[in-house]
Amino acid sequence: MLRGLNLIPADVNLAFIPKRKLFFAFSILLVLTSIVLFMGKGLNYGIDFKGGIMLEVRTEKAANIAAMRKQLGDLGLGEIALQEFGQPTDVLIRIQRQDGDEKAQQEAVAQVKQALGAGVEYRRTEFVGPKVSNELFVDGLMAVGLAILAILVYIWFRFEWQFGFGAVVALGHDVISTIGIFALFGLEFNLSTVAAVLTIAGYSINDTVVVFDRVRENLRKYKKMPLPEILNNSINETLSRTVITSVTTLIALLALYFLGGAVIRDFSFAMIWGVLIGTYSSICLAVPILLNLNIQRRGTLVGETVEDAPKTP
Amino acid sequence: MVYFSKTKTIMVLLVCLFGLAFSLPNFFKESTLASLPDWLPHKHVNLGLDLQGGSHLLLEVEINAVIREQLETLVDDVRIELRKAKINYTGLGVSGTSAVKVTIRKADETDQARTLVRAIAAQSDVSVDNNTILVEMTDREIADRRNAAMQQSVEIVRRRIDETGTREPTIQRQGDDRILVQLPGVKDPERIKALLGKTAKMSFHLTDDRLDDAIRGRVPPGASLLPRVDPTQGFGQVLIKKRVMVSGEDLVDSQPSTDSQSGQPVVTFRFNSRGSKKFGAATAANVNRPFAIVLDGKVISDPVIREPILGGSGQISGNFTFQEATDLALLLRAGALPAPLAILEERSVGPGLGADSISAGKIASILGMILVVVFMAIAYGRFGLMADAALIINMILILGGLSALQATLTLPGIAGIVLTIGMAVDANVLIFERIREEVRLGRGPVSAIDAGYSRALTTIIDANVTTLIAAALLFVFGSGPIKGFAVTLGIGIVTSMFTAIMLTRLFVIIWLRRTNPKELPI
Repeated sequence: MLRGLNLIPADVNLAFIPKRKLFFAFSILLVLTSIVLFMGKGLNYGIDFKGGIMLEVRTEKAANIAAMRKQLGDLGLGEIALQEFGQPTDVLIRIQRQDGDEKAQQEAVAQVKQALGAGVEYRRTEFVGPKVSNELFVDGLMAVGLAILAILVYIWFRFEWQFGFGAVVALGHDVISTIGIFALFGLEFNLSTVAAVLTIAGYSINDTVVVFDRVRENLRKYKKMPLPEILNNSINETLSRTVITSVTTLIALLALYFLGGAVIRDFSFAMIWGVLIGTYSSICLAVPILLNLNIQRRGTLVGETVEDAPKTP
Repeated sequence: MVYFSKTKTIMVLLVCLFGLAFSLPNFFKESTLASLPDWLPHKHVNLGLDLQGGSHLLLEVEINAVIREQLETLVDDVRIELRKAKINYTGLGVSGTSAVKVTIRKADETDQARTLVRAIAAQSDVSVDNNTILVEMTDREIADRRNAAMQQSVEIVRRRIDETGTREPTIQRQGDDRILVQLPGVKDPERIKALLGKTAKMSFHLTDDRLDDAIRGRVPPGASLLPRVDPTQGFGQVLIKKRVMVSGEDLVDSQPSTDSQSGQPVVTFRFNSRGSKKFGAATAANVNRPFAIVLDGKVISDPVIREPILGGSGQISGNFTFQEATDLALLLRAGALPAPLAILEERSVGPGLGADSISAGKIASILGMILVVVFMAIAYGRFGLMADAALIINMILILGGLSALQATLTLPGIAGIVLTIGMAVDANVLIFERIREEVRLGRGPVSAIDAGYSRALTTIIDANVTTLIAAALLFVFGSGPIKGFAVTLGIGIVTSMFTAIMLTRLFVIIWLRRTNPKELPI
């Protein structure tokens, strides 16, 4: 008979809860560093949010980026960044937003195309004017904000506020540290990144909910067992699932990262990071935090003692 | 949970069959599909511009220009009427953003003037304060004008793009003053942008011979000093009479051509009968005097009228290249925009990059899938293989769903599919882990499977609803490619829940019935 391998042994019993102070310290450090990086170094906003021009060109032979930089620099269009993109013949050109109205941007595109001449293939031309970039930024913020809010309302509705709080902490941790990673490596923060962040939020909550479900079940099952033990058991019981799902998702994302093409590499990177940090935060943050939140043992039966649940401290 | 009614089994199989039917056309060429009977699905997945190549342009109509122009016309009309009635006035001009003001010198003429003005501006509010008449456009009037201008702009944009021969363009009005243009497969967006960037208001005017005065700064009333863009006559300036001899609206056709004598590219045009009459009369009365052809506030040519032009057709020779003549003819044929357009956003992808993205996406999905399939087989043995079969059917369902809904597949959308491959097995993982636990607790195969499915179900739903919420918000707030990501993610969640909860369960039950195992190979 074809039997599956127990990749994570059934009797696994790692001490997550006893080490929670260590995890908390690590996470606080991670979040603080991210905030410092975000404030200090800032994000490398793409043209979606900053406005500006981006061209992806392919030259016949390996591109001479230095010469191209000189050539375009002479146009006096302000800050121009060039980088090899995926392969030696491909160059990504980023030009800052031009002063003046939308017409000025179009003229700059035309100027660049003229300067580069007919020998290059324009694989991508993107230009976002100041009006639209502002709107996209606001829409992006709205999307992330509303998604997190909606997910929380759902969790609050399905569980109790303590669980909701744990989920928010884990979620905030994941989103902030993703932003920190983007600041640290100077990766382009654009619309796709927002999509990635939202998906990370979804994934992180997904992971958290699975462990929470088990905690709730065990709370009902073992009325006398001390809370730390219940939490630790719940994590270990769901550990196999947590790891296997993370592995399959990571496998797929790694395939995308290495083979999906340069255009979505940063996007895939954000997701890979998100899966790792999301898995960590559900196990090491969301659940241990429940210990500090005074869960009412009786109150865990849905709808039974909602009234005497403790007030928010 | 270890029971499947006949109807349910048939339903599950039907869903899979429909998915297959809708996904199959993607594996055949369009030409093969055309020969299939009509009742079979024959639609490919709708590829986004980032995959098939093309241009996305977001245009803004500078709608305030329409109102401003309207007010300026009103000023001219008021001037003409008051002069005709020999009423003295002062301070005639546009006031603010929606009104025209004029002060009548003699108090006893104010009433007469008001009647005249009211006749011209019937839709506007006309009020009198002392001797000053104020004509204000009502909000309603402004809204109507804007609306009409928007509709006309969309129509003209459509005509211009159609004239370039672009296949299946999408031209949509968006919000109060925007137009979204999507041009699949366009190779030269610069040309289209240039065509859309011109208002193309053309008019024919007589010239005024007091050019020297005008250049010295004394432009006579009713005349206007405009730059000349015709290098053959030396650039300089031309003083034209503001009154329009014939306007471009009276043109019925316009074609690029070459002049029979000089061999230069020219633009020929033809007037409608009203235009022919006006043009004939004006040229007959002004033989041997120059007239000016004005395009968007610039004189493109100011030839001398050699003889009356009565046939209603003529040609413009303005030292064009052939491309310029072609484009000018196109613009004149399509008509003038009521207001200038600004390009707010452009995203153009060349066909090469699109094709590369598709093949990279395919390779990534296939490899990702193979790896996940192998991993699941290792982790869960026979059950893993059942989950794998469900995963493959899941992919078919996603493809079928995308084709059936004619949703747009974008590059981030492909990323969404690859992500789904990884996450789709999650529901199965949850169930299998639960079954393992139940087995460890000493339950028999049937009861373990039953408990596994029923206990994992709430968790699966809780976990997926949260991701579905994220997908829904991405769809609402995202633009273009991101919407595509939300669509595949959303479809993927729904299909993966279906395959995990219904399909693998069906597999497991069938296997359970056939082998009746003593223990579970999980």
